[in-house]
Amino acid sequence: MLKKIKQTWVAYVFLAPTVLAMTAIVFYPLILGITYSFTDLDQYNMGNKFIAPSWQWVGLQNYRDLFSSMTSEFWTVALNTLIWTFTNVFFHFTIGLLLAVLLNRKIKGRAIYRMMMLIPWAVPSFVVAFSWRWMFNSEYGVINLSLLALGMNTVPWLAQKWTAMFAVIITNIWAGIPFMMITLLGGLQSIPKELYEAAEVDGAPAWQQFFQITLPLLKPVAFTATLLGTIWTFNMFNIIYLITQGGPYRQTEILVTYAYQEAFTNWHLGIASTYGVVILSFLIAFTTFYFKIAKQDEAR
Amino acid sequence: MSTLKTMSTTEGPTKLMPLKNKKIKSKKSRGLDILVHMILLVAAFASVFPLLWVLSTSFKPATEVFSNVIRFIPAHPTLDNYHYVLTFKNSIFLTWFKNSFILALLTTIISAFLAATAAYSFSRFKFKGKNTLLFSFLLAQMFPGALLIVPLYSIMKVYGLLNSYTGLVLAYSTASLPFCVMMLKGFFDTIPVELEEAARVDGLSPFGTFWKIVMPLSLPGLSVTCLFSFITAWNEFMFALTFMNGEDLYTLPVGLRIFVNQFQTDWHYMAAGAILITIPVMIVFLWAQKYLISGLTAGGTKG
Repeated sequence: MLKKIKQTWVAYVFLAPTVLAMTAIVFYPLILGITYSFTDLDQYNMGNKFIAPSWQWVGLQNYRDLFSSMTSEFWTVALNTLIWTFTNVFFHFTIGLLLAVLLNRKIKGRAIYRMMMLIPWAVPSFVVAFSWRWMFNSEYGVINLSLLALGMNTVPWLAQKWTAMFAVIITNIWAGIPFMMITLLGGLQSIPKELYEAAEVDGAPAWQQFFQITLPLLKPVAFTATLLGTIWTFNMFNIIYLITQGGPYRQTEILVTYAYQEAFTNWHLGIASTYGVVILSFLIAFTTFYFKIAKQDEAR
Repeated sequence: MSTLKTMSTTEGPTKLMPLKNKKIKSKKSRGLDILVHMILLVAAFASVFPLLWVLSTSFKPATEVFSNVIRFIPAHPTLDNYHYVLTFKNSIFLTWFKNSFILALLTTIISAFLAATAAYSFSRFKFKGKNTLLFSFLLAQMFPGALLIVPLYSIMKVYGLLNSYTGLVLAYSTASLPFCVMMLKGFFDTIPVELEEAARVDGLSPFGTFWKIVMPLSLPGLSVTCLFSFITAWNEFMFALTFMNGEDLYTLPVGLRIFVNQFQTDWHYMAAGAILITIPVMIVFLWAQKYLISGLTAGGTKG
């Protein structure tokens, strides 16, 4: 452990710029956003450099509108979000773990495999979206052309709800595997080799070693990686917005894209803020729950 | 590693191990090795295919792009798409490039300064409220951009910061901050504090110590932090889309959308533009990835 210096005023001076910036750009807007969720804010009453804002308080009206299925698509969008997040993180984790285990073996060409598999992570997400949108193109996309070449029918991928959902999920799975793989690989490499040698001596088969040594010791890393992965996937805006723009007929919207469109396509800024608050509450609830499970697990 | 290699091949000398047993084992593991290679090959192919396909598209003339024939190597390769992308509308692509570059550079400078000072404070000092602050930083990483974007938009509208570099740089400067602070804190923790104590004894002020002793020693960590901030800003789409109106003000991600819209999609130009944007980022990323990963895991587990 390091010796800590006790001049606290110096510490505060060093921290001041960051605390100031975080307050102005993150925490103050957060409070403001929560406030807006109780107003009828739109582009006319929000005010600007010359005109004072003139929005009105509406109490819990936005929340009532949001949760009532008569006035909003909230429940559909929420369900989409759950499907989107769960499917993505599930495949990120399982495929990422498989690849990490394979890459952890001493095999020829490991460095090259690793490098190639990291490429999806290095590509900016908007380029990822454009590339896959091109591949899923119904007339000239390589996927439909391949189906034709195999004698099958083409699929209008982005024109119907579930195929469009499939397309965006595949895209995001592709983009998210490298992070999970590389994090889990780091975790695997930190497991002491002696444990496996001892198990080998005891005659434990490979699958038993995997379930009794690898998985339990990987838990802390897996915990952090899946938590981060879930939060990132939940908040992922670019892929869906740039591939389907939430369509067809807003059927592939998830909460963040829906909130964005409410705000800057329909200019219902009050409702959009309400969505924002609901998203944040979801994430906080999920994180708390996740930590609780992890703690119980540790206690066992 | 070399000993393991010789042990797994049958030709290698076998030490002490019974010959029969060894042979059976290596046959089995060779079959397994082939399976492993097959899975890895498929995964590696799937990882690079989309980008290679876009690369191939970028060299195809329109007649080949909009055709029903799958051709991986263009029959008539051309640089026309690149030429078009770089010159259309008075080279507006270069304007977008400039906008993206200036924004990313300013963001990098500001967030490197903020991250370094904050991380130093967290690494070296004991003070009241330290854990609360650290925790709130981590929590901030969870706030969805979709929640912050409305209030930020209204604030910037009131202060006249929409359509300006300043507004966007401010919004970007905190985006990568929690991560950078965690990563640099981990880095500072590895620098022995004795050096600073010696400098203090020699009469340097706390700020002089930081600037003249700590900063030069942490150049590797600092450069990775800078890279991360730069790439985050370079790739950002949602805020740039919302805060910057007018083609001259677009950044690359927003500008690229011009080629892909509902009525007319010029996939060959989009492909050329995408390749021009991606290649520099990708080279830098693959070079810096091992530092990024150690930062990620350190930030996640140490806290």
